[in-house]
Amino acid sequence: MRQLIRTVAAFGFLTATIGSASAIDIQEVTSPGGIKAWLVSDSTVPLVAVDFAFAGAGSSQDPDDKTGRANLLSAMLDEGAADYDSVAFQTALRDNAVRLSFDPSRDQFYGDMRVISANLERGFDLLALALNEPRFEDEAMRRMQASIIASLRREQTDPDSIAGRLWSRTAFPDHPYGRPANGTPESIAAMTREDLEAALTGFGKDNLVISVVGDVDAETLGPLLDRAFGGLPDTATLTPVPEVEAATDQTASEVIATPQTSIRFGGPGIARKDEDFIPAYVMNHILGGGSFSSWLFEEVREKRGLAYSVYSYVAPFDHTAIFGGGTATRNDRAMEAVEVIMAQLQRMATEGPTEAELDDAKAYLTGSYALRFGSSNSTARQLLAIQLEELGKDYIDRRNSLIEAVTLADVRRAAARILGEGKPTVAVVGAPAE
Amino acid sequence: MTFRTIVAAAAAAAMLSLPAKAEPVDLGNVSIAPDTTTFTLDNGLEVVVIPDRRAPIVTHMIWYRLGSADEPAGKSGIAHYLEHLMFKGTEAHPGNTFSTTVARLGGRENAFTSNDYTAYFQQVAKEHLPDMMAFEADRMRGLQLTEEVSAPELQVILEERRMRVDTQPSAELGEAVDAALYINHPYGDPVIGWPDEVAALTHEDALSFYRNYYRPGAAILVIAGDVTEAEIRDLAEKTYGQIPDDLGPFTRARPPIQKLRAERTVELKDPRVQQRSTQISWIVPSYTTAEPGEGEALDVLGEVLGGNNTSRIYTALVREEGLATSAGAYYQSSAVDDTRFVFYATPADGAELPAIEARAREIIADVARDGITAEELRRAKTNLLSSVIFAQDNQSSLARIFGAAIATGSTVDDIKAWPQRIASVTAEQVQAAAQTYLAGKAAVTGRLLTASAEDASQEAPDVDAPAPAAVQ
Repeated sequence: MRQLIRTVAAFGFLTATIGSASAIDIQEVTSPGGIKAWLVSDSTVPLVAVDFAFAGAGSSQDPDDKTGRANLLSAMLDEGAADYDSVAFQTALRDNAVRLSFDPSRDQFYGDMRVISANLERGFDLLALALNEPRFEDEAMRRMQASIIASLRREQTDPDSIAGRLWSRTAFPDHPYGRPANGTPESIAAMTREDLEAALTGFGKDNLVISVVGDVDAETLGPLLDRAFGGLPDTATLTPVPEVEAATDQTASEVIATPQTSIRFGGPGIARKDEDFIPAYVMNHILGGGSFSSWLFEEVREKRGLAYSVYSYVAPFDHTAIFGGGTATRNDRAMEAVEVIMAQLQRMATEGPTEAELDDAKAYLTGSYALRFGSSNSTARQLLAIQLEELGKDYIDRRNSLIEAVTLADVRRAAARILGEGKPTVAVVGAPAE
Repeated sequence: MTFRTIVAAAAAAAMLSLPAKAEPVDLGNVSIAPDTTTFTLDNGLEVVVIPDRRAPIVTHMIWYRLGSADEPAGKSGIAHYLEHLMFKGTEAHPGNTFSTTVARLGGRENAFTSNDYTAYFQQVAKEHLPDMMAFEADRMRGLQLTEEVSAPELQVILEERRMRVDTQPSAELGEAVDAALYINHPYGDPVIGWPDEVAALTHEDALSFYRNYYRPGAAILVIAGDVTEAEIRDLAEKTYGQIPDDLGPFTRARPPIQKLRAERTVELKDPRVQQRSTQISWIVPSYTTAEPGEGEALDVLGEVLGGNNTSRIYTALVREEGLATSAGAYYQSSAVDDTRFVFYATPADGAELPAIEARAREIIADVARDGITAEELRRAKTNLLSSVIFAQDNQSSLARIFGAAIATGSTVDDIKAWPQRIASVTAEQVQAAAQTYLAGKAAVTGRLLTASAEDASQEAPDVDAPAPAAVQ
């Protein structure tokens, strides 16, 4: 039974997408000590999901010669704290049914805790220890370094991972966004306890964002927030990250002996706060974001059978914005796949979608928004993202009307801004034939 | 796949009592989706309803009790090819009408194929469920295929195979291990199929498989979300209930899995490999083929031996002896026929794989000889049970858990009773499972090894292809 889901989903057909919400009652909780959190209280299931982030403390804070520092830190925070060594801490988590994990992105350092509501206090206490008193012992450091190095070696030979890193390096040659976020075997091996302690200075009350969903009320939550987060410094110490724009018109390739070529493409996108972001998001859904219905899916997969997976995305970062995408196809048709993709990008930049395509996209994007709020976990993630992007508590109610308001002219303008100026930078990894 | 999420319990707040300190969960009182009900239509379709009223959302899944292990000889991959082709339209809903409708309604959809089952699902706002049921019922018998839509899809599947297997040495090793482990049984063939057999498949093959097997008596309807059994009874009668089926329950014709009589070692040496690894697989009974209590004991054994980073295997190989950078074990419990118990490890630099494998066998022999402690038993149960509790947060997970278990031979009551069955596992049963199935038993060892490019040049694709010219 335990392994049921392991065998489910052996070969999925499509990739699921996103989703619109209704009456979600968000409370803004402020603890006695001044820690703020968004809370959706729902006692239907006896669980609590706590999602938090230290804004700006992601892997872009890794020093140039210490790539992967945030990655190693995320592996070390639950490896022993205060009086608990690694085994004692891990055992306490499991015996109390507390799930704790940390995950840095380029910009943010994320953490999440899942706990049975009966064990809520114990969960927050363990979280407090992890954040405030991690031990970073030599034994655990060596173990986590070795484990990360092993996974980096696997990444280094995976065509799609290679293509992803190659694209980032080429698009952002002199910027933290261009470095390998997870590090390199060499950089991880050289990391010390002092490096991790330096990384911890990126955690402060002033860059902390929290969302809590589940079986807890505001009165109970307040003091628990202080227990977990009250010991943090008032101010995080962060290294400024320069604003940057993705390079265009570059081509990078790496020839490796493999039967399929991985392709990544991308260039500048539109910032989250720009009024064209929502139009760009709708445009991308039509082009390559909507799994079954997109132009790229139709032209690359349905008509030509060139690939199993083909997609595009718009991704706003704190210091740049990206439009990008990717696919993987047999070596002898790799260049054809690139041409087909580029032709669709061009078509979007010049012709744009039809009214009917726009209507369909809006129907999907508004109709599916509610699916993002189907579980405590997914609701907590949404609330955290809305806070990080500073969209406001009423965003869930406003969001669908923002999508509805997008016109064909808006989509064409956004498409022209993203796809009309400069060609995307392309990374090709494999053994493509001419 | 490597999902590790699991089973679920619904609305059991008052029933749980987890004390604040390291004490065991009250195992006797945890339940998996206790409000779940089941009934069978006259045409044989089994229906499972899992209420979850937190949001006005419904997950609709239809499961067919057949997968790649039910394919005709020489047609490996046909179950999966058919799964793809099921999105190509019917007489009533030609082309991609179904999918475009799901998208316009703001729904998600997907499908998947395994050894033992094939399933299709949509997640939609509650009011769209009747449409989904009507479309899916139509698709159970009404599929229409042409060469024009089927031929490119075969190329898509070959690309899927390249992406998942041919570009991944670890997946190629996995196929070789399966082929060595399952003697005289189709679990030895990959779900996606062998490349040359896949390339030769036709849509006529797919249609013939479809016509033979896709019918109410071979299917399970699972609906999780904001619904009641009464609503679903009515909707199911009006849709799936209209499909005639007098063939009776679905029966599989598979050969029995043969016992492994000799140790087998499979090695894949490849210049693409930079990180070695090893694994050992034993044939063990699944929940479906096991004697009562044996599957549960194997679950607990997997947890104690290698379910986490304080397990016996991780503690010895990684923490104390430095032989490996990661290591563990698991029991793959769900299968129609016998299944596997697996040890796996990533070696530390300089460590020899045979030494790691020998150490794992010693640890297993220790359990077979001396058993496990009361504390290990308690911790393993707590862990297994908390997986159940956490899974209740997601209706799709619940639908998958019930669907997969029923498709492989369990009943709704079996699933509901799982926490109690785990709770009643004894240390003696766990020891007996190690003795009976693992210690000293023949197994398949699979090693992923590094190689220089020269070693494997005959196997490698042509690398002299020119780098791409500027692409735009």
